[in-house]
Amino acid sequence: MNKSGADIVLECLLEQGVDTVFGYPGGTILNIYDSIYKYSDKIRHILTSHEQGAAHAADGYARSTGKVGVCFATSGPGATNLITGIATAYMDSIPIVAITCNVATNSLGKDSFQEVDIVGVTMPITKHSFLVKKAEDIAPTIRRAFEIAASGRPGPVLIDITKDATANTAEYTKQIPKKIDNYKMQSEVEDFDKVIEMINAAERPFIYAGGGVIAAGASEQLIKFRELVDAPITTSLMGIGAFPESDPNFTGMIGMHGTKITSLAIKNCDLLIAIGARFSERVTCAPDSFAKNAKVVHIDADVAEIDKNIMTDAHLIGDAKAVLDELNKRLSKLEHKDWMEQIYKWKEEYPVCHPGSDEFNPQYVVERLNRIVGDDAIIVTDVGQHQMWTAQYFKINKPRHFISSGGLGTMGFGLGAAIGAKVANPDKTVINVTGDGCFHMNMQELATAAKEELQVIDILINNNVLGMVRQWQRLFYGKRFSNTTLDKKTDYDMVAKGLGANAFTVTNAEEFEAAIQAALADKTKPALINCVVNPDNNVLPMVPGGESIEEPILEISLD
Amino acid sequence: MNGYDENKKDMHVLSIYVENHAGVLSRVSGLFSRRMYNIDSLSVGVTENPEISRMTIVTHADDNTFRQIKNQLSKLVDVKHLCELEPDSAVLREHVLVKINAKDTTKVIEICDIFRANVVDYSKTLMTVELTGGPSKIDAFIDLMEDFEIQGLVRTGLTGLKRGSATT
Repeated sequence: MNKSGADIVLECLLEQGVDTVFGYPGGTILNIYDSIYKYSDKIRHILTSHEQGAAHAADGYARSTGKVGVCFATSGPGATNLITGIATAYMDSIPIVAITCNVATNSLGKDSFQEVDIVGVTMPITKHSFLVKKAEDIAPTIRRAFEIAASGRPGPVLIDITKDATANTAEYTKQIPKKIDNYKMQSEVEDFDKVIEMINAAERPFIYAGGGVIAAGASEQLIKFRELVDAPITTSLMGIGAFPESDPNFTGMIGMHGTKITSLAIKNCDLLIAIGARFSERVTCAPDSFAKNAKVVHIDADVAEIDKNIMTDAHLIGDAKAVLDELNKRLSKLEHKDWMEQIYKWKEEYPVCHPGSDEFNPQYVVERLNRIVGDDAIIVTDVGQHQMWTAQYFKINKPRHFISSGGLGTMGFGLGAAIGAKVANPDKTVINVTGDGCFHMNMQELATAAKEELQVIDILINNNVLGMVRQWQRLFYGKRFSNTTLDKKTDYDMVAKGLGANAFTVTNAEEFEAAIQAALADKTKPALINCVVNPDNNVLPMVPGGESIEEPILEISLD
Repeated sequence: MNGYDENKKDMHVLSIYVENHAGVLSRVSGLFSRRMYNIDSLSVGVTENPEISRMTIVTHADDNTFRQIKNQLSKLVDVKHLCELEPDSAVLREHVLVKINAKDTTKVIEICDIFRANVVDYSKTLMTVELTGGPSKIDAFIDLMEDFEIQGLVRTGLTGLKRGSATT
């Protein structure tokens, strides 16, 4: 059947099972938006306030479902506004397909109005970027883009289509997409033999799981693996939810703001088994002293991660689910009684530290939130102190229920991502824990949630400072709080109401409880709960940059 | 020295099959620069299959970094295949053009004969000679040419193929 390039774009999205796209129209993408109008009964388009919000929403959609998220933007500034969102997805291995349009082929390279080489710009932050100049190339490119985004280690793909290609026609035949088979291994039997031998020989094994477990949908396999090995387990920030945090064998998060128990386990283990994790420097802190008493086994889908940050003693390459299934088949139940007892003892000795429990502090807000919404809610965060407190104090027990920008650390990520998660999971409670710095970066997306009647609840930890930077200034810059005291004149209630959201400002536990109940009751409106807290709460434990994970700071003097 | 030095342990020659379309060179060179890998020389040209180009990159890196380079390159969608060319089992060649003063021409032609280099351009004041060969031969030739005041020099960078019946 002969169709316009723009119609082919929509047909191909339907082939891939896409039900929602996030985007913003403009000059060069007009033909596609004309097709979106035509296909509006089949594909929902969410118009964000800014293209960055659309990219984060596609990301949140993907993180909360495991499906590929899709966003649209026009050429030039539309395309460049996507960049932070694409880079965020790239760093966290999230599958999104970003479709932009460029000026007509005969205007390319002439610095035409709103022309930018977005394919070139996105080369370092995508798995691949395509420039399509012919209508007949659109369908094969979109099919390939979805395959690249979702296969192996997932990630973002950008397709830039010239305006003339969307206007021209080409032959289109519907195709059923190739089923992507990530359930495969590249490792040989001997590699498994070696790893099994190391596991059997270990006296103090420790499991460190990352986002790769969630990407592979391997939580069940991970739980079984832990049982068989009889080991304590930690996760990276990206791995939160891969293993139930309420489980007694969970030692808390690893890394710069990980728990003391995890630090002790890293120091004392004799075998570290990393699964779908990449030993980022926020995890290892000082790579040279990291797990120095342990042999390291690394399981990952991406061979390029092996020995990149940490030298390993053995590795298995493949999808975490496939590798763990195979290991589980071959392992018999082990027991490490002394080691596990030591872990439980440390857990009693070093509970998650809680500053003055009567004060209305951020940690308290997060714990209280956890009690109210339970573990079935999807918890999104922005970036900074509130992100770490949420990671530390909210017990996430299921994969894809904690959504946070780990690798890139993108302030302003949360609200867009929460919109994407809510669209994908209309029956779930979706909470975005944010800070006053982050809120000011992308608050305009409250208008998007309001217009789309999406109940996204923003919990604003308002401490009037850029808390994480301030914490570093306190410790390492002689308390010279350069540009981290916000003192904005923002009237949060007025802003939220002005953008169409419910608004609450709370200063104590009772008010918080009442506000969240009221926000939860209004199913068709976003809400902003402005929690006014003390500016001097610090994220603890903390490992200062470049220092060993073995000795985290547990206290910061406020004098 | 911009080429391959067989005596240096951490020198490696990579032969990379890539899709022959716009942007491939940027993707490959961009990967090297952003991951802090070295490129000593790079040459690229089309193969017997017009859809495939072959890049030859000379890099120096320790064993672990070199493994990283290969793994990262393999992740690029445009990279079809790559292999290392080792001096013992590959023909490695480079081409050089040297422009020198046309004074002591007899001596120059004598050296050219020994090296099997050719004089390819000649004017009242300057002459240009060309040579194809392995990296050390090129280096030795350039060294001798320095006596004739080099006015211009260009090397193509190394390229090569495996010896014998190996095709990739």
